[in-house]
Amino acid sequence: MRAMVYRGPYRIRVEEKDRPRIEHPGDAIIKVTLAAICGSDLHLYHGMMPDTRVGHTFGHEFVGVVDEVGPDVRNLKVGDRVMVPFNIYCGSCFFCARGLYSNCHNVNANATAVGGIYGYSHTCGGYDGGQAEYVRVPFADVGPALIPEWMSDEDALMCTDALATGYFGAQLGEIREGDTVVVFGAGPVGLYAALSSWLMGAGRVLVVDHLDHRLEKARTFAHAETINFAEHDDVVVHLKRITGFLGADVAIDAVGAEADGNLLMHVTSAKLKLQGGSPVALNWAIDGVRKGGSVSVMGAYGPMFSAVKFGDALNKGLTLRMNQCPVKRQWPRLFEHIRNGHLRPSEIITHRFPLEHIAEGYHTFSAKLDGIIKPVIVPAA
Amino acid sequence: MSQQNDDGAEQTVAELMTQYTYARHKPPLAESREVLRARIPGWGADLDPADRPSVPQEVYDPAASGARWTFPERQPGGEGRERSVEHAFLTPVFGTAQPLRGASGALRRVAYRRFSEGRAAHWLLLLAADRVDVAEGFVSAAVRGRPDNLVAETGVLSERRRHGLSSRLGRGRADVVHHALDPVVVAGPWVLASVASYRVVRRIRGARR
Repeated sequence: MRAMVYRGPYRIRVEEKDRPRIEHPGDAIIKVTLAAICGSDLHLYHGMMPDTRVGHTFGHEFVGVVDEVGPDVRNLKVGDRVMVPFNIYCGSCFFCARGLYSNCHNVNANATAVGGIYGYSHTCGGYDGGQAEYVRVPFADVGPALIPEWMSDEDALMCTDALATGYFGAQLGEIREGDTVVVFGAGPVGLYAALSSWLMGAGRVLVVDHLDHRLEKARTFAHAETINFAEHDDVVVHLKRITGFLGADVAIDAVGAEADGNLLMHVTSAKLKLQGGSPVALNWAIDGVRKGGSVSVMGAYGPMFSAVKFGDALNKGLTLRMNQCPVKRQWPRLFEHIRNGHLRPSEIITHRFPLEHIAEGYHTFSAKLDGIIKPVIVPAA
Repeated sequence: MSQQNDDGAEQTVAELMTQYTYARHKPPLAESREVLRARIPGWGADLDPADRPSVPQEVYDPAASGARWTFPERQPGGEGRERSVEHAFLTPVFGTAQPLRGASGALRRVAYRRFSEGRAAHWLLLLAADRVDVAEGFVSAAVRGRPDNLVAETGVLSERRRHGLSSRLGRGRADVVHHALDPVVVAGPWVLASVASYRVVRRIRGARR
């Protein structure tokens, strides 16, 4: 089969690989019809995630058709059109029994601090991902779900991570009616988090970024006020000014490990790999939220230490909440919102690349060229 | 800096601050709930925390996942596979992509056997192994007859088609200042490795003469 493979920092190509096989009775093999490149894939692409091996196939956002099932699989059959959450999880361990599907203890031999994720290095379990023609899906009776007939593949694809994560991030912010919510990052997760904040009754939603096309999308798609941090000497002071010197009630970090806005932080993390991630957006969230407020962290960070301003978080009495999203828990309610027209997930997709051109897709997304917001990979194109 | 109060009179920010933030009230919002409901599709649909699927985040409900087992059947073939020392045993299901091999594999095995996830040495060794892996992959790809194309694999050849210049320049992007570092990060190790190899070869030749 054809699959994207990692060759080293900033280098990928498409190679012929063996088609995955059933390795456990609960496995299924999915023929991928659509995959997406996630902003967090860029951390792998840039060589930031420890134990990212040459030959690894990325991709934790994908939908497809069931091609083969293991002998124990009951809920899926060959030919079913399915969406797969980015979490790999058993459904039965201590954590899964408590709904913490993203923290499953039975699928990632390489680490206990993170669950299993498709195509996200061996630190996240060593499973090849979905930017390929086929992918192995463990615990096929637990993770995947049939795509509702009324839902498009592109909408379903957005539900496998970005939309679910943005919606989850707004929930962790514990938004109350009339709250002012500031979202750092106008990428897919930030846009969805901003939109979800309105669903939870926010009275004002502000989105911070430096890319003009993304800020425009935040205004038109997420109905938010926008702040271009590159236009302000100190974005925290600006945030204080426009919130009556109080600060936002809730801040959501939807940027993560490669945040810009402080050259030293960016270079020491994204380029020199001396930190688990550049905590610029997280520190702005901590400083920009009001005392007693909440910070929800949806941006992905690596396992190494980062220079987070913990003293400010303590002294302000903040509630810091974070996790990888347990995707499938979000789906029933998200499906209602999509069906009611409250959410239109695929409107953020800007680019579609054939699998054979995936190197172009990664470069365009990494360098933020051509007005890109969300790129999708089409294996069969 | 000033704004109008309800009576239409101008108030300075300092005056306003004596009513809220520095007094008990929260600054007023520009839009009422009626205005927001009319402007934003679905505004307030999840106002009730009971409608939020991850509130609370942790809920004991073993049946919710649909798992029919209390402990999963073990996946075969895990003998010798690396695992975190913070695990009691190899997890019942595991990834089988890119098993350990070569010098990078030896380094990774040390990282997993000797150091927990709480130790910086664990992650630094894994990062070092990643770089060794890249060099090994470069050589093995060449041996297999499918050498790396160090330029095409970066996707940089699409710069013109994807409007590289107009996407970057004149837009006030904060990241343009470090874009010049990307080629250094990508090409730097190869240039250093080439120079080192050249010097080693020259020294060996000199010693033989």
